[in-house]
Amino acid sequence: MSGQGGPGRQFLGRLVRERGAITALVVLTLLAAACLVGPALTGHAPDRFYPDLRQLPAGLTPQPDAAHLTPALNRIAFRMRARVVAADRVGDNLRLVLAADQPIDRRSLVYLPRSDLFGPAVVAANEDDGRRLTLEVAVKRLRFLLGTDIHGRDLLTRSLVAGRISLAVGLTATAVALLIGVTYGAVAGFAGGAVDAAMMRVVDALYALPFVFFVIKLLVFFRASLVLMLLAIAAVEWLDMARIVRAQTLSLRERDFVRAARALGLPAAGIIRRHVVPNTLGPVAVAATLLVPRVILLESFLSFLGLGVQEPETSWGVLIAEGARAIEAAPHMLAAPATFLIATLVCLNLLGDGLTDALDPRAG
Amino acid sequence: MIGLVLRRLGQGVPTLLAVVAVSFFLMRLAPGGPFDLERPLSPAAMENLRKVYGLDRPLIVQFGSYLASLIRGDLGPSFSFRDMTVAGLIGRGLPVSATLGVLALAVSCCLGIGLGCAAALRRGGWIDRAIGLSAALTLSLPSFVVAPLLQIAFGLTLRWLPLSGWEDGDPRHLVLPVATLALPQVGALARLTRASLGEVLRTQPIRTMRAFGLPPGRVVRHALRGALLPVVAYLGPLAAALLTGSVVVETIFGLPGIGRYFVEGALNRDYTLVMGVVLLVAALVIVLNLAADLACAWLDPRLRTDA
Repeated sequence: MSGQGGPGRQFLGRLVRERGAITALVVLTLLAAACLVGPALTGHAPDRFYPDLRQLPAGLTPQPDAAHLTPALNRIAFRMRARVVAADRVGDNLRLVLAADQPIDRRSLVYLPRSDLFGPAVVAANEDDGRRLTLEVAVKRLRFLLGTDIHGRDLLTRSLVAGRISLAVGLTATAVALLIGVTYGAVAGFAGGAVDAAMMRVVDALYALPFVFFVIKLLVFFRASLVLMLLAIAAVEWLDMARIVRAQTLSLRERDFVRAARALGLPAAGIIRRHVVPNTLGPVAVAATLLVPRVILLESFLSFLGLGVQEPETSWGVLIAEGARAIEAAPHMLAAPATFLIATLVCLNLLGDGLTDALDPRAG
Repeated sequence: MIGLVLRRLGQGVPTLLAVVAVSFFLMRLAPGGPFDLERPLSPAAMENLRKVYGLDRPLIVQFGSYLASLIRGDLGPSFSFRDMTVAGLIGRGLPVSATLGVLALAVSCCLGIGLGCAAALRRGGWIDRAIGLSAALTLSLPSFVVAPLLQIAFGLTLRWLPLSGWEDGDPRHLVLPVATLALPQVGALARLTRASLGEVLRTQPIRTMRAFGLPPGRVVRHALRGALLPVVAYLGPLAAALLTGSVVVETIFGLPGIGRYFVEGALNRDYTLVMGVVLLVAALVIVLNLAADLACAWLDPRLRTDA
């Protein structure tokens, strides 16, 4: 270990040289920030329905465009018991001429602003005793960058809100798995002997369990819920962590500083907390980074099967399932959440690889 | 060697027992039962049904009788599939899942190990970087995204392959599911092979062989023997996972495999069917892990003594 700076500085230096890992970290930060603040900036609430704008493709054109304007107008006019005679767009406004056999009830004009597509209507002219109305209506300009889903909800907003859940599940389950695995591994490794052997036999036995099947069974039999899913995933994923930490602890146990701490009469729990666990953090950090994408994948897999996150909550898996069902009519519904999910997974995997290489003193 | 096999199989028995016990009591503690229909049965009919299937007895007695029939090799009748035994259902589903699994395993081994070797031998070259990046990508592509995309591309747009279905194992129906199953594993195996072969190629014996002027092909053959250890260890659980079917792939492609039966069984509270599948998977995991360990011992004599 020659060169300038301590091991920490060297580690940072190597990490910076891993360009892929740094790029991944930047992208991940941007993604997480977008998921956190993005839904407030898109201009649409995640659960806001636009019944007239279902399954819009992704694009920059402001909505409603001409193709969606006419059917929406026809439907509103029908509810007002009137016919659309003419509708001309004048800038942001619409000059709308309605006609009916009976005088049109002015109160029914509220249907226009209620439809989400139009502003309040102003009567510009009144002919034929109110049987023919000319209205000035403001037309909204809504933008759906990634299109809308089958209920006319904004996919960008929904993908970002879903990302919050997916990322939160990924981080929380990883944290729980980390907590269990590190504690278990450190205790087993530090205790050694028969205790260690017995504890690791349990881990070996658990490895043989068909976990995906177990998680599915748990979720099916005990009503899928977010907490249960978190617990189930964490219960599956702590085993690797326990093995890594135990192997590290076994070698740490014989080091001089741990022996010294023992000779000084520190209680075992204190030694584990102060001296053992901090020294295992390098490999643990790598394993945790690689665990997050696995957890997110498992969560989306369960949600895809309808066993994970439930409506009205949403996650990338839920959105992908909706997209897969509508794939012939609206491929963009799969593309949007899938892109978010895959980008996140790729970045996390690249970051984990970069950390592995940077922590490995033999490489580079 | 035989002693090792017997001992490991013996160690598997308590594991299987634990699997049975945990599955059994978890399922029974959960609310709902196999005869909850949309239109509730009359209490008398419900009582009779429960009596026929022995569900009215105390839980611990039921567990005992299940274990007893298990020892006789009887997995019991299915609750949701009329007139079918669990063994019969597994006998129907396993060939489907296993066909897919074996093919996917073969494809991912050939491609994954081959690409990993190529990357390790040209470390740092464009082929290494391309393989590294595409491996990271395929690892991050969930099967439930890949499957619909493949269906769109080859089923709907190009119309080369059927969208879904089984049709008694018609090869054309196998291509897309096998590709979906194999894709992430190709990436995983390529990465694993690259890392481990790269490490072995840097060791002293290999350097010595090179120094003595052995042809590169021979050197790689020697290196590969050591480098395959972690790959083989990974193949054990992978084979178990692939052989017992992927729930997602079978659902999307409408294949009547084990995974489908499992999900349907779980949704219908079909206790015996769920138990049967879980047991089968657990047993396969144990056996295939043992097989992987034996293969490792064959590859590396050092592992033979302490195992």
